[in-house]
Amino acid sequence: MAETTAVTATTGVTGATIELEGLSKRYPGSPQPAVDSVSMEIGAGETVILVGPSGCGKSTTLRMINRLIEPTSGRIRINGEDVTDIDPVKLRRRIGYAIQSSGLFPHLTVAQNIAQVPKMIGWGKQRIKDRVEEMLDLVGLDPREFHDRYPRRLSGGQQQRVGVARALAADPPVLLMDEPFGAVDPITRDHLQDELIRLQHELHKTIVFVTHDFDEAIKLGDRIAVLREQSHIAQFDTPEAILTNPADDFVSGFVGAGAALKRLNLTRVRDVGIADFPSATVDEPLQAILAGLRHGGVNELLLLDRRGRPYKWLRRGDLMRARGTLARAGTLVTHTVSRDATLRDALEAVLTDSGGRAAVTGRRGEYVGVVDMETLMDSVHQMLEADRLTALEHQEELLEHERATRPRDGEPQ
Amino acid sequence: MDFWDYVSSRREQLLNDTYQHASAVFQCMVVAALLGVGIGALTYRSDRAGRAATLVTGTILTIPSYALLGLLIPVVGLGVPPTVTALVLYALLPIVRNSLVGLRGVDPALVDAARGIGMTGTARLLRVELPIAWPAILAGIRVSTQMSMGILAIAAYASGPGLGNEIFSGIAGLGSANALNEVLAGTLGIVVLALLFDAALVLLGRVTVSRGIRG
Repeated sequence: MAETTAVTATTGVTGATIELEGLSKRYPGSPQPAVDSVSMEIGAGETVILVGPSGCGKSTTLRMINRLIEPTSGRIRINGEDVTDIDPVKLRRRIGYAIQSSGLFPHLTVAQNIAQVPKMIGWGKQRIKDRVEEMLDLVGLDPREFHDRYPRRLSGGQQQRVGVARALAADPPVLLMDEPFGAVDPITRDHLQDELIRLQHELHKTIVFVTHDFDEAIKLGDRIAVLREQSHIAQFDTPEAILTNPADDFVSGFVGAGAALKRLNLTRVRDVGIADFPSATVDEPLQAILAGLRHGGVNELLLLDRRGRPYKWLRRGDLMRARGTLARAGTLVTHTVSRDATLRDALEAVLTDSGGRAAVTGRRGEYVGVVDMETLMDSVHQMLEADRLTALEHQEELLEHERATRPRDGEPQ
Repeated sequence: MDFWDYVSSRREQLLNDTYQHASAVFQCMVVAALLGVGIGALTYRSDRAGRAATLVTGTILTIPSYALLGLLIPVVGLGVPPTVTALVLYALLPIVRNSLVGLRGVDPALVDAARGIGMTGTARLLRVELPIAWPAILAGIRVSTQMSMGILAIAAYASGPGLGNEIFSGIAGLGSANALNEVLAGTLGIVVLALLFDAALVLLGRVTVSRGIRG
């Protein structure tokens, strides 16, 4: 708790905490509840993904948070305030809501769609107008071009963006997203996911996001709740911890094959040790380069171009053969990775490089170091080990928490 | 006397009847549209109520207009009251049915979105469902208007207003010099009026249906 408040204070979180306590939904005439006593605490500014097979109740759980589905029992608290019994219409105006088919009103323009909630809560005309422009900018749509368009003249990806803009228009602290990228093609989906990450970086909303795509969950979530039928939480932890230490067979089945590979997507090159590599620039005299190769005790160096960008790998033998000119010596650098690249990209580059290493570049493409197979393997092993430990710790905590709460839950029966 | 001579000699009377006819249909349609859409809006969220509304309005339509007028005369008297009552009742079915179909045909995802962003039931109806159902409702109003044009002609039997009087007096005086002209003038007048009204409704659609959902 102390940690969360500290984070809130330093990063300007605009989100609110969400607490679900024993939330259940029972439909009349069905013997099993659709959702059975979900308890969950979501921190302010956190992105939590509810993931699970279809029919597990993840959508129902999400829709109980803004009470589109009224819970049969249990409490919902937002920022500590019990909202289980307040006017649902008022509640929903404080919670952004984005859905799969975008749900844009076809008879209204993009601008009118976005303006809906601000209008309902009584903002002034000018303020709404400014806000619409701001929101379009935020989701990467040119206001001049899209302001007066009707939804049917937008692509699927653009519709989703407008849907998100509408959900965020009144600046709600909480955003609920129900498989928002489920109906768009994979490339657009990837794009939209990146956009959402960028948005969240700026806005720090509390996001609850439902998906059945585990890769999407890993990519977007601060924490992931893997749900089994009736919304029972199988595991609720960081993507790293779930990948390295799935709580049970159900979770590992859901994680799917290649967990270690997926884990590589979660770490950036900047987070692993970047090794130094002997380098020289094309402007240096040939003699100096040769001397460097001879006395440095290395067989190879990286030649940089005039702007300090990786240019060629030079072996000692290459120089001998080239006889005084650099133009024909060495092999051109074809793959570089930026410091923001994922380890998966780095691995790809290392594997395709004939020498088994990849040059790492900074923001302007300048050389900063090298990653090779060994560094990658070491850091991946360390990472996995660390993940496993934290996952174990979390599971321990979860068990203790359950032990502490079970007697109280058991009483009414 | 040929037809055109007849029309020019009786111009005043014909224009007056035409005006009466148009005005009666227009007013009845306004009432029927409000009533029909109102009934649709009240019943579309319930299966049972919707079925009841369609059943009742559908049953009314099966009563022959001649008979309905006959039944109404003892209750509301002669002239305008039975005419208006009959026209409104007949016009209801297409409007109610199309309202129901239109309102229920709104994509459930849109209804979900409307609720999810915090619209009240009324706001949802007025700002989302009715605008989207409007083309269907308008189609119902067009059908009703065409029907009313013809049914109003029969209202002359109950001393109602409009071009039906020409037709009736023509039929009554069959064999006399102007009988055929009278029937012809009344009928043609109704056809022309019907076409004009339909054109006006198409125009209304152009103006009121959002460009975002126009076919």
